[in-house]
Amino acid sequence: MRAKWLVPTLYILFLMLPIYWLVSMSFKTTNEILGNFTLWPQNPTLENYRVIFTDPSWYMGYVNSISYVTLNTIISVSAALPAAYAFSRYRFLGDKHLFFWLLTNRMAPAAVFALPFFQLYSAVGLFDTHIAVALAHTLFNVPLAVWILEGFMSGVPRQLDETAYIDGYSFPRFFIRIFIPTIKAGVGVAAFFCFMFSWVELLLAKTLTAVAAKPIAATMTKTASSSGYELGLLAAAGTLTIIPGAIVIWFVRNYIAKGFALGRV
Amino acid sequence: MTLELKQIARTVGAEVWIHPTDLVLEPGRFNILLGTTLAGKTTLMTLMAGLEKPSRGRIFFNGRDVTGEKVQKRNVSMVYQQFINYPNFTVFENIASPLRVARLPEAEIRARVGRIAELLRITPMLDRLPGELSGGQQQRCAMARALVKDSDLILLDEPLANLDFKLREELREELPRLFAERDRVIVYATTEPTEALLLGGHTATMHEGRVSDFGPTERVYRQPKDLITARVFSEPPLNTAPIRIGNGECDFAGSVRWPAPEALGDGEYTLGLRPHHISPIRKDEADVAIESTIKVAEIAGSESIVHFIAFGEHWISQEHGVHPFDPGQRTVMHADMRRAFYFHSDGRLALAPASTAGGEPEAREIA
Repeated sequence: MRAKWLVPTLYILFLMLPIYWLVSMSFKTTNEILGNFTLWPQNPTLENYRVIFTDPSWYMGYVNSISYVTLNTIISVSAALPAAYAFSRYRFLGDKHLFFWLLTNRMAPAAVFALPFFQLYSAVGLFDTHIAVALAHTLFNVPLAVWILEGFMSGVPRQLDETAYIDGYSFPRFFIRIFIPTIKAGVGVAAFFCFMFSWVELLLAKTLTAVAAKPIAATMTKTASSSGYELGLLAAAGTLTIIPGAIVIWFVRNYIAKGFALGRV
Repeated sequence: MTLELKQIARTVGAEVWIHPTDLVLEPGRFNILLGTTLAGKTTLMTLMAGLEKPSRGRIFFNGRDVTGEKVQKRNVSMVYQQFINYPNFTVFENIASPLRVARLPEAEIRARVGRIAELLRITPMLDRLPGELSGGQQQRCAMARALVKDSDLILLDEPLANLDFKLREELREELPRLFAERDRVIVYATTEPTEALLLGGHTATMHEGRVSDFGPTERVYRQPKDLITARVFSEPPLNTAPIRIGNGECDFAGSVRWPAPEALGDGEYTLGLRPHHISPIRKDEADVAIESTIKVAEIAGSESIVHFIAFGEHWISQEHGVHPFDPGQRTVMHADMRRAFYFHSDGRLALAPASTAGGEPEAREIA
């Protein structure tokens, strides 16, 4: 009977340990981190956070990341909504193949696209802009959003559409006034996944930016300064990186399981 | 206001969903589409509404060709079997939605929604969301939305099928009142023959995408045009057997004989007998005894439905009272052959029983 609480406790312990270590480090000085092994900060300091919130080269990393992630989420979901509607409501030549092909876009590693994207975005003058990263991330976020939204949309009876047309609604008005609110849980879940994937993606974001749109994760990889590695600072930056995801999860926590089932409950 | 379908057909890919159909639907009464699931009732309704375009044929409303007209332009409403409401709108907004789209003044919207909600007895629920209502209330809301605008054509696609028995009875009684005194065409699809008989009006029986018969409901029930119509319009299913008439006698495989109706000539026929005209009890001297093997007896309260093998076919008897049988038991069933239908071998009706014969009260037959 003891195993009943033992297994989940151990699981959570192991799961939380690195995160605890990160948070704990963020309140230590770099000297303490490099020095003795301590389970919790001996001289807790907010210095690391102060640096991040006052130094533009740090906090602009967050601003850049949040900018292109938000931009990407908006683009991905608004492009996926009509696409998912088409897949859910209409039969057309090759619809099933196209639907599957969308998913295969997720199968290629981002590295495959990094070089051509770098060249192409530079050629059209989009290099080092938020929109460049946002557009690049639609590569894998649009298919994902289409898959999630299609599941939710197929759960809505076609008769709802017909009733709206019979009531006199035009298609756009029906879609915006009635249909999207009906599947708002699905939109939330799709937006969440787009946000998460765009937030954690580093390779494309790093390749397509230099200074003006540099993401926080890229900033974090360049912490070797004249005074050596600033581990405390790095830990504080890492801690702050977890927060947006945690906030978004809080909002969609009730729908997330349904989202993993792609709406097919 | 008349809805006229001329040679309407719909094919999807290589499949024929609706065979060329002619129908003239008049206002002021129920036009019932009766048929099993997949008979094409819903497809025919979506064609009438203009949600789908017919592959062939024209649709006329009041003599005006509306075949290509978009559904938004046509003045129709529809109620589905599933309770379809806008989940993010309150009941009030759901009912008001067609009026809002038509940009009616707020005062008139309030007045009309209030009146229709009163009629359907959902006034206390107006501020709630459809998801918070019971099934019956949700369907009332959907009906209210269909009734609130003065549409020329109302399509009801099995509106009571998903409701529990009591609610169905209750709402069915209200239906004629709700749709009465309106100059509009009402089409009502159902799978249940009983429902068609209770609602009256005209009935079109549908089978595999074809309208097999159309006329006043009672006529279609008593004088079905053909075997298919009689099958569609019988619940439990019609009992049939191939027979031969000769020497003034009906004869099944030389084993069962009974006097042939005078009107029929010699030849091959299909016998059709409704389940409530064959019984485990002998009621009349003229009843024909049929050796049967019981398959199963279902006792539904005051009524027994007995499945058995007779004439080598799966037959059913529906009789009042409790009549228990064991599976496999041999027994004798008594058929009232004066109430039998006779069909030609091509399926056309040869003879229907005279409705006065036997003196059985008709209401009982329907119920």
